[in-house]
Amino acid sequence: MSVDKDTVRRIAHLARIAIKEEELEPMTGELNTILAWVEQLDEVDTDGVPPMTSVVEATLRQRADEVTDGGYADRVTKNASNRNDGFFAVPKVME
Amino acid sequence: MSEEKSNLIKGNTGDWEVVIGLEIHAQVSSNSKLFSGAATQFGAEPNSQVSLVDAAMPGMLPVINQYCVEQAVKTGLGLGAKINRVSVFDRKNYFYPDLPQGYQISQFKQPIVGEGEVIVDLADGTSVIVGIERLHLEQDAGKSIHDLHPKQSLVDLNRSGIALMEIVSRPDLRSSEQAGAYMRKVRTIVRYLGTCDGNMEQGSMRADVNVSVRKPGDELGTRCEMKNINSIRFIQQSIEYEARRQIEVIENGGVIEQQTRLFDSKNGETRPMRSKEEAHDYRYFPDPDLLPLALDEAWIDDLKAKLPELPDDKKARYISDFGLSPYDASVLVSERERADFFEAVASGRDAKLSANWVTGSLFAALKKEGVSIHDSKVSASDLGELIDLISDQTISGRIAKDVFELMFESGRPPREIVEEQGLTQVTDTGAIESEIDKIIAANPDKVEQVKEKPRMMGWFVGQVMQATGGKANPQVVNEILQKKLGH
Repeated sequence: MSVDKDTVRRIAHLARIAIKEEELEPMTGELNTILAWVEQLDEVDTDGVPPMTSVVEATLRQRADEVTDGGYADRVTKNASNRNDGFFAVPKVME
Repeated sequence: MSEEKSNLIKGNTGDWEVVIGLEIHAQVSSNSKLFSGAATQFGAEPNSQVSLVDAAMPGMLPVINQYCVEQAVKTGLGLGAKINRVSVFDRKNYFYPDLPQGYQISQFKQPIVGEGEVIVDLADGTSVIVGIERLHLEQDAGKSIHDLHPKQSLVDLNRSGIALMEIVSRPDLRSSEQAGAYMRKVRTIVRYLGTCDGNMEQGSMRADVNVSVRKPGDELGTRCEMKNINSIRFIQQSIEYEARRQIEVIENGGVIEQQTRLFDSKNGETRPMRSKEEAHDYRYFPDPDLLPLALDEAWIDDLKAKLPELPDDKKARYISDFGLSPYDASVLVSERERADFFEAVASGRDAKLSANWVTGSLFAALKKEGVSIHDSKVSASDLGELIDLISDQTISGRIAKDVFELMFESGRPPREIVEEQGLTQVTDTGAIESEIDKIIAANPDKVEQVKEKPRMMGWFVGQVMQATGGKANPQVVNEILQKKLGH
């Protein structure tokens, strides 16, 4: 598997990462090197082996349905570049 | 003589079939969010129910709410669906201001609930079976408000991270009526189970509606999706409009483009949303913050054993045990509160008579006043007492209607009204007889007529009832009249 320049441009856009046109070529090369390295795993026969999701034998820990958090709108919006009456304020987005 | 009702839509080139599938988002009725301990109450101050997890602050980790898992499983069981012992949470990646993580935690390849089916009863007495493809748990997004400021959109994350159950149907629906009935049925089921309050105005339940059209027997057409509709009436309107629009496009030589459309409830139209380019490339992958969710078989069995009686079972029981008509049974089970009310009235009484009073006088009065059964001034025990007063002949059925009106207005118990207004039925044969004698003496011509025309007897009954203010026991009146005037 490998990616081309257009794919890299698209992925960057989807991830909202600004990337200059001249950076695309070297980035494509780097990504393809990484993909080729990971592809070595294809040599292993994994038929019938479920994907490993954790290195420890564990399942999801669950918590009780209790209100233990929240109530601090000031802290939540503290780092926002713009706030308005308890809301985050962003440039107008309309559908 | 059943007239086959056709769901086909007439076009210029022949009949068209509309194919509909619904993705219902049902908010889990939990105190706290799916992955954080922030509250879920509706209508709180902006951003006051947001934890640092919901705001996606760096380093915060999600921990799943056990109660939400339980509600998803219960709902799955209520939909007759397969519960998956192991399910996986994935990240669905997209950018929007009300999605601080830049992804929604959802379930993609391995949802918590698999295939099931729902039986949907229609107004004409027929029913359709709607396949359920899956139910998965996911986070809700925040809310953007666009009309409070001329240049800004304001973002409130209170809803961000609230647990949603997305219930995906197969494209088994063939008309707007069926879609509305399906939505109502799913709402009834989650309300019976108590897993979602089903409150569509507050957005606890909303649907994405997929619509396509085809000539009967053809392959499925290209579908359009109408997002986030929060009323059954709007769901139906959007389907009607969208089906017509697609037929028109195709018949004029055009092609339907797969797209997401917005339903505008002001003019009843759908229009394309400004398409976010590549919006559908969500690049799902398993959320590395969350291990697979494993459920214990014994725990699932225990939940199954504790499920309340569901509407389909209740309806079947009302028909077989109480002898109710399928229609009355459907009306009663359509809301759990109605069914509970009916069962309280019918307890120890004639079930059919009870059903008649509940679905007849009570529902008519509630509908007229626009009141829900929950707020009815007439309690189940008072309505039961009214029925007792008829059964033991204290009052006549006719007087009972008047008493009911007074009960509905005032909320007072029937016995009090009957006593205060002196409405007790006269069963005293002597008193009735003397009234009858007076009427016979005053109307010799009518007495002659009744000899020729036995139907004239009704006139005498009417006179006696009028003279006694409707309180005479009709059976006693009939008996005496027959004795005096009959042949």
